[in-house]
Amino acid sequence: MRKIRTYREVASGTESQLLEQVTAQQERLEERLSEVRTIVAVGSGKGGVGKSAITANLAVALARRGLSVGAVDADLNGPSLSRMLQVSGARLVDRAEGIEPPVSPHGVRVMSMELLQRDEDAPLRWRQPATGGFVWQSAMETGALREFLSDVVWGKLDVLLVDVPPGTDKIARLLELLPNLDQMLIVTIPSETARFVVSKAVRMAREARVPIVALVANMTEHVCTCCGQTSRLFEGDGARRLAAESAVPLWAEVPFDARLGASTDVGVPLVSEDPGASCSRALLALSERVAAAIEEG
Amino acid sequence: MKFLCLACDDVMDFADRQLPGDGTLAAIFTCASCKHEVAMLTNPMETQLVSSLGVKIGGREVPAQPLEMVRSSLEGGREEVFAAAEEQGRPARRRQSVVWSPEAIDRLGKVPGFVRGMVKRIYTDWAKDQGLAEITPQVMDRARTELGLEGM
Repeated sequence: MRKIRTYREVASGTESQLLEQVTAQQERLEERLSEVRTIVAVGSGKGGVGKSAITANLAVALARRGLSVGAVDADLNGPSLSRMLQVSGARLVDRAEGIEPPVSPHGVRVMSMELLQRDEDAPLRWRQPATGGFVWQSAMETGALREFLSDVVWGKLDVLLVDVPPGTDKIARLLELLPNLDQMLIVTIPSETARFVVSKAVRMAREARVPIVALVANMTEHVCTCCGQTSRLFEGDGARRLAAESAVPLWAEVPFDARLGASTDVGVPLVSEDPGASCSRALLALSERVAAAIEEG
Repeated sequence: MKFLCLACDDVMDFADRQLPGDGTLAAIFTCASCKHEVAMLTNPMETQLVSSLGVKIGGREVPAQPLEMVRSSLEGGREEVFAAAEEQGRPARRRQSVVWSPEAIDRLGKVPGFVRGMVKRIYTDWAKDQGLAEITPQVMDRARTELGLEGM
């Protein structure tokens, strides 16, 4: 058989320059984030557990503590952070050195796909050939998130929160982009199904050796606004069980409060609207733990 | 990706890239020893896969613009989302001036607002790189072909 030198045997740069460009992208990302003290991902692996509401409230709670905070919405297909942080419709300042993000009334710098889309009910679509989306769509979305992280002028931040969409594959992509992620908060609810699904995200974070991995249990109980009596929303104790089984600390147990969703939906996170509400207190305590970890880091 | 001239056992050099505008791509590589040329032709799906990585075969002539891939690929972008720094009362970075002819300005005005600022900077950077003092529609055509700015 004819002997042809292999790729590795051919000692030269890649003439197509593709590898060099990918390396340059990674360097650009690292340079941009060099002024960010801590990056905290808020993920789950499971949908519908309240990641975005917790991210928005945590961002505001951290800003209230005097930290400089940024929040990037990694959920490109279902973006909600710009709405929750009241920057929908804001313009982005376009400079050669980067895009300046809008700043929420609470002082949080925000980047979200929603800001870029014309129609609020439009699903995310790319200009593309009619077929073969399965081949390139994942690369495109990872590239878009990379641009959100590297092309936005975040400036000096104490913390950049990343709201990660459901699915452990999304966590894996984020870890490829941000191998030096500092903290990962994994949001769950007390149900057994959530425990089963979220345990995969916990394992992924631990295998990636994220220095701090912590659980946030959402919707742990319902507090009656009339009489103050508490009742459980879910049978079982999946969140505490997951914490015990995985030896991951449970940093917060956030009770269900309909106002949390309602106020966050209109861009007024409850931690600022009613800091005394039981769920706000849990989220403010969570922000204290995150801030303490930033200080220790 | 490397191209090896089997006759000479030498790595071929990237020579040219052409995007005819139908989603396909042609990249030409030449052997420095025997001058043999080959063209790599990609179909729209293969071309898209490469551009999804935010890279260009053969390298970049001008620096990547902020959110370049998102802006050039997103369907249904919000027209007025990007504001120039001057519009916000902030100083823009000082740039070596390249004059835009009235015809070129007119043509630039037809580019969707979602990408206009980025496209303007790409043309300006390319013109500066080429040592050109003025951007005309003809210069835009050349840049468009060389940089593969489909629809811009």
